[in-house]
Amino acid sequence: MTFRDALALGMAREMEADPSVFVFGLDVPDHKRIFGSTRDLVEKFGPSRCFGTPLCEDALTGIALGAAISGLRPVLVHIRADFLLLTMNQIGNMISCLRYMSGGKVKVPLVIRAIIGRGWGQSAQHSKSLHGMFAHFPGLKVALPSRPQDAYSLMRAAVRDDNPVMIFEHRWLYDVSGVVDEKVKVELGKASVIRKGAALTVAGVSWMNVEAMKAAEVLARRGVELEIVDVRSVAPFDEETLIRSVERTGHCIVADYDWVHAGFSGEIATRINYRCFGKLKKPVERLGFRHTPCPSTRTLENLFYPSAIDIIRTAEKMLGLSETDLAGEEFFSYEKNFKGPF
Amino acid sequence: MNSRDEALRLYRKLLLARLSEEKIRELYPSNEIKSPVHLGIGGEAIPVGVCHCLPENSKYFGTYRNHTLYLTLTGDTDGFFAELYGRASGAGGGKAGSMHLMAPDRGLMATSAVVATTIPVAVGAAMAARYRGSDDWVAVFFGDGAMEEGVFWESLNFACLHKLRILFVCEDNGLAIHSHDTTRRGFRSIPESVGGFRCHVLSGDGSRLSTVVEKTREAVTRMKKDSQPAFLHLTYFRFLEHVGPKEDFAAGYRPAPTEAERGGRDPVAIFEGELKSLKCSRPEMDAIRSELAKQVDASSRKAQAAPSPSPPDLLTDVFS
Repeated sequence: MTFRDALALGMAREMEADPSVFVFGLDVPDHKRIFGSTRDLVEKFGPSRCFGTPLCEDALTGIALGAAISGLRPVLVHIRADFLLLTMNQIGNMISCLRYMSGGKVKVPLVIRAIIGRGWGQSAQHSKSLHGMFAHFPGLKVALPSRPQDAYSLMRAAVRDDNPVMIFEHRWLYDVSGVVDEKVKVELGKASVIRKGAALTVAGVSWMNVEAMKAAEVLARRGVELEIVDVRSVAPFDEETLIRSVERTGHCIVADYDWVHAGFSGEIATRINYRCFGKLKKPVERLGFRHTPCPSTRTLENLFYPSAIDIIRTAEKMLGLSETDLAGEEFFSYEKNFKGPF
Repeated sequence: MNSRDEALRLYRKLLLARLSEEKIRELYPSNEIKSPVHLGIGGEAIPVGVCHCLPENSKYFGTYRNHTLYLTLTGDTDGFFAELYGRASGAGGGKAGSMHLMAPDRGLMATSAVVATTIPVAVGAAMAARYRGSDDWVAVFFGDGAMEEGVFWESLNFACLHKLRILFVCEDNGLAIHSHDTTRRGFRSIPESVGGFRCHVLSGDGSRLSTVVEKTREAVTRMKKDSQPAFLHLTYFRFLEHVGPKEDFAAGYRPAPTEAERGGRDPVAIFEGELKSLKCSRPEMDAIRSELAKQVDASSRKAQAAPSPSPPDLLTDVFS
């Protein structure tokens, strides 16, 4: 099952189980169905439970909150995470803190889905991830599934949760296929070791797990085994799973999908340094976006984003290895299955 | 007003808010109420009148100038003063303060210190009522400054599009902190601006409780007949500074009212005049005043003596 179908299935199962769940946002039921991730929902559940909206992201976020404190479970969808910046007041001043300000008198069970764009000239306003910024606010849960099973299971967990949960979905992950077992439950706030290895730990966020798997495949050919921890949830953050891994490997690359400066990767690196101080063989390395707005053209974009090659080169440096010959190596190129326009 | 009894019930609500806020003014200089207080003296008739006309189980949303709204819905002077003093027994357990008073069990769902912020949240509550097929009514209070915020128009548009059962109540005192409406409005008039939307629009003098009641009832009748939101534009005079317990006419940004003007904009004085015509005597009103003053005094004393939250409370209520 693809990641996009897993998202749709997760929502559909929760909508079947609970009539208070509804899905809304700009163009949610249109013919494109948010890249297919809301497919069949309007047919199965009708236009009162799956509906499109006027262009008013700020109000929609407040409307989701009003519905949530009135006993419903809204799922609000944004086709790009960048549009969340229009909704910061409701998220930062209301959704994240209303329960606290009420002295625990209200519950805020709502889900905000946001898609991270990349490639085909998405440029500065269609490419942000923003997960670290939202993880900064107490009162919010923030998850980034990178595999179809997690897309399905974390979606269900998010809808069932009595707290606000934000789910960030990388556009390129939509085409990733994998086995989805409907019975598998995944708790929010837990990391997942998606590859075992003894040489070095990669803490991957969202798409960077795909890049890390490719890097691991290349390095494995020379006997270097990477361990990959898919962080999955940046708030709450599962420190223990990552620490256990780094304690064994003594090396860690944090491969975040965001700017490095003042970002979530700094948070992880600090925690590892503190907890694994005596066991680290090299300082924790961080990979992320270059510190510029995202450029439009492919040539500059290639320099802006971190890739499997960056993971390989960083790992080699940390482990004191010579550079692997990457000539002839095939790395991910989105044009193979994604040609836009969006 | 249908009866003398009804008028006296309203008088008690009006006076409870006024006496509570006068008590805050008296206590504030002691610096024990460590919360920014946006007092609503002059504007009490609007929440008292609107809430009076809506059915039980209605949902309300307000602003940081919310004391009257809280008190008219709950009557809970104990929880009110305890919250202002930051006590564990306060309405928000010491985490709300004056600006975020809430009482979901009494229908007060949210208030906010950020202008216009609860307007879409109220629309969401109205949408939830529609979704569940319930008859709940929703009212949201906001100042005239909120109409300059984009989210007001987003919310109004959404509510009108979906014909939601919601009253938008604009408490218009012509001031946004210290800025006059003339320096802020690029539109001709508030009712005219809202008039382009599919929504009932009514205006009136919000200093007069009887007018507020009349206009709200008219809105309710029209909403029942023609299912669409209503917008109530009610004017009032803010007697005190934007935040804090004092008058600020000496600051020079607005003239001090004459005695006659004060009387003409004071909801309590105006309503006492109307009570007289309903054959309520001065001693009868004085007795109510004295009883409520005792309640307010007792609640404020109790709050001063009450314990603060304990250290572990810092970390509770972040998540459910």
